[in-house]
Amino acid sequence: MCQVDEDFQGQLEHTEVPSISKKCVKCKEKTAVVVIRAGDTYCRDCFREYFIHKFRAMLGKNRIIFPGEKVLLAVSGGPSSCSMLSQVQEGLSQNAHKKLRFIPGIVYIDEGAAAGRSVDDRKTAMAQMQTLFEATGFPFHLVPLEQVLDLSPSVLVMAPSPSEQPGSAYKAAVDQFIQSKGHWPPRPQDQDQDQDLDQASLPDIQESHTQLLQQLMSSTKTQTAREELLSMLRQHLLVHTARTKGYSKLMLGDCCSRLAVKLLSSIALGRGAQLAQDTGFSDSRYGDIITVRPMRDYSSKEIVFYNHMFKVPSIFIPGLDTMTADKSSIQRLTESFVTKLQADFPSTVSTIYRTSEKLQTAWKGSCAADVCDTCLLCLCALDTTVENASAFQATLISEQLSQTKPPETSSAINPNLNPGSALATTTGQCCSGEGECGKKGGGCCSSPRVPETTDMRSLLCYSCRQTVKDMSSVDHLPAYILLEAQRRNRRSQMREQISEFILDEGV
Amino acid sequence: MPVLCSSCADKRAVLKRPKTGHSLCKECFFWAFEEEVHQTIVAAQLFKHGETVGIAASGGKDSTVLAHVMKVLNERYNYGLELMLLSVDEGITGYRDDSLETVKRNQQQYELPLKIVSYEELYGWTMDAIVKQVGLKNNCTFCGVFRRQALDRGAIMLKVDKICTGHNADDVAETVLMNVLRGDIARLRRCTAISTTSEGDGVVPRCKPLKYAYEKEIVLYAYFKKLDYFSTECIYSPNAYRGHARTFLKDLESVRPSSIMDVIHSGENLSVREGVKMPVQGTCSRCGYISSQALCKSCVLLEGLNRGLPKLGIGKHHRLHDKILSQQPLTEKEERKLKSVDF
Repeated sequence: MCQVDEDFQGQLEHTEVPSISKKCVKCKEKTAVVVIRAGDTYCRDCFREYFIHKFRAMLGKNRIIFPGEKVLLAVSGGPSSCSMLSQVQEGLSQNAHKKLRFIPGIVYIDEGAAAGRSVDDRKTAMAQMQTLFEATGFPFHLVPLEQVLDLSPSVLVMAPSPSEQPGSAYKAAVDQFIQSKGHWPPRPQDQDQDQDLDQASLPDIQESHTQLLQQLMSSTKTQTAREELLSMLRQHLLVHTARTKGYSKLMLGDCCSRLAVKLLSSIALGRGAQLAQDTGFSDSRYGDIITVRPMRDYSSKEIVFYNHMFKVPSIFIPGLDTMTADKSSIQRLTESFVTKLQADFPSTVSTIYRTSEKLQTAWKGSCAADVCDTCLLCLCALDTTVENASAFQATLISEQLSQTKPPETSSAINPNLNPGSALATTTGQCCSGEGECGKKGGGCCSSPRVPETTDMRSLLCYSCRQTVKDMSSVDHLPAYILLEAQRRNRRSQMREQISEFILDEGV
Repeated sequence: MPVLCSSCADKRAVLKRPKTGHSLCKECFFWAFEEEVHQTIVAAQLFKHGETVGIAASGGKDSTVLAHVMKVLNERYNYGLELMLLSVDEGITGYRDDSLETVKRNQQQYELPLKIVSYEELYGWTMDAIVKQVGLKNNCTFCGVFRRQALDRGAIMLKVDKICTGHNADDVAETVLMNVLRGDIARLRRCTAISTTSEGDGVVPRCKPLKYAYEKEIVLYAYFKKLDYFSTECIYSPNAYRGHARTFLKDLESVRPSSIMDVIHSGENLSVREGVKMPVQGTCSRCGYISSQALCKSCVLLEGLNRGLPKLGIGKHHRLHDKILSQQPLTEKEERKLKSVDF
């Protein structure tokens, strides 16, 4: 019945067990040293070439990074992002023909506060990262997660994208760049001077800020929601850093294995509508800053082999999910599921990954629409329009029905099959009958909560609602989120008041 | 301290709803469960007044609860539907013969007409005979493909307008995960649809009224209603790979109970990139049933069985379709590949 199963069967029959004396499949001369997939054995040199080519090909194929553009590399210290960093270094040192033509910078977000690490541990990690980055000669920014508390609400607003550059413009820009040969290669000291503020000394961490972050994390009841929240905050901080330091692209080191896990966990978290943005090569949800994932073609195995063979340094820094049990969170559970399945069925990761390539964002047209249509936390288009017969609506109905008194049998009968009529009755019972709900002490919408939360919910996408639901109070969220929520609520109230005078929707 | 029902705030709660976590008394749970199925039926406009609807009944918990709830709702809300039970006898001794006994009892309890179609009369093969030839691996492919068609054939014999099946939320979510793992983008897009649109002759539209009902709640409902159902796993081992998806979903549910609905929500909101190749629906040139290939899966499987080459329908052998259609013999090499492998 299952295709994967069958495909795998076929492979088993055909591939021989690779032996040590096997020759490289590429040059067919040297002895192979690494088996990437069953049957694909490479010698050291060919593997290196293959690996390097793949990076450049990924960027070349997508034509998104223009020559001379400032690109911010998000490096966590892990093997994948460190490998990405080494590929950028490699690309910049190539001869003119193959050279990468953008101007890189590095950012490291220190999440020690969220992961509950000691100040000393964090300082050590920070110093290690500093040493690593200094060796590259690129400008870098070491940013503690605490800085997220100082963000302004504008980070949650989609900025207008500079100007749509068509694909044809890319080649012209490249040609022009090669001809002008301006101030190339850029010497690190030529770059803007403000960067040294970041790297001169390790950034100070305000203890009060650390405590606030920890409060936020502990007010979040599940590890699943904690991980989601952390990834949102991290993303906001990355975008903010890119904007303030003048970068227009943000490079993430997500590899194929990572993305397969992310895709499956996104599905489990209800982020189906946002899948393409969450896992695709490029993501333009922030408007001006485009996120790119150039490592998405590499499996984690390839990366680790490369890093090992060519001495690419990486630093292990424990995070929020380090040493947690398989079932501690949806994300962690998915990771262990995919890893285990991959061991039995080697095509698992690549199959899931290929699925991601066939998807697109459901709400493509809404890019230009009002900001109110995007989720407050993840900035994706909202997927919560109540449609007849949807999982979202079914859940709302279940919650209402479990809290409202069933009518007496006689009044329950609603003999017509008119869609919506029966529905309207139940909705009315829940939300209008405040007095009745008050008696039960439960509040009318699902659980006892301050009105602010309910207000905030309407600004969130399906999945982010689930995340916020797992928080005991939204008051611990950073001020920029709360302020923006209030602003959006005021806007929508205003719009309601004047709705009859507005001619065109989406203005 | 007894917990009070969160719905009527009067009686003592006897259960905690797996779907929402609320504590409910028996009556309020029955009411909520039935009402939800009703809302699904109304919102998705599954039926029209006066239609004849076949309930696919296996005797298991889902179809038993479905038959019960459909009968209750049809009377309570005056749907004006004529309900019938439709069963498929796959010919599995020690499994289906027992469960069909349950269906026959249900028929009497619910006073609904029952039609049983068997693989033997439709295809000339029982599952017992198929397993004898193909072994325990891949036999679920035969059973699944044949059942789909058998239900349609039975529905046409009964002259029903629609078939409703007992697929629950867990089944739908599991299928979403399964199709992601298989990279089957066409099915991934289709599998969350609550009803199939009429696809042509020989195919009766289907719907899943229990699409948003949790499996656990179905069991709770059957348990407290003391419904008579058959609960034994099929003796021809369940599909191993689907088993992985199932275990994963159960684990997800234990971490976050809303996961099942979250997965369905994801599935409902996926959209496929333009230009991705999708199979085109055509008809089988042998039997006229819907098929994306020259021959439908069921005809290929049957051909394989009749030729003694059971692996013909397993995996992708589209290139052989022309040969089968023109009744040409296969080459020795092709034959060797398609013979059953002994483990």
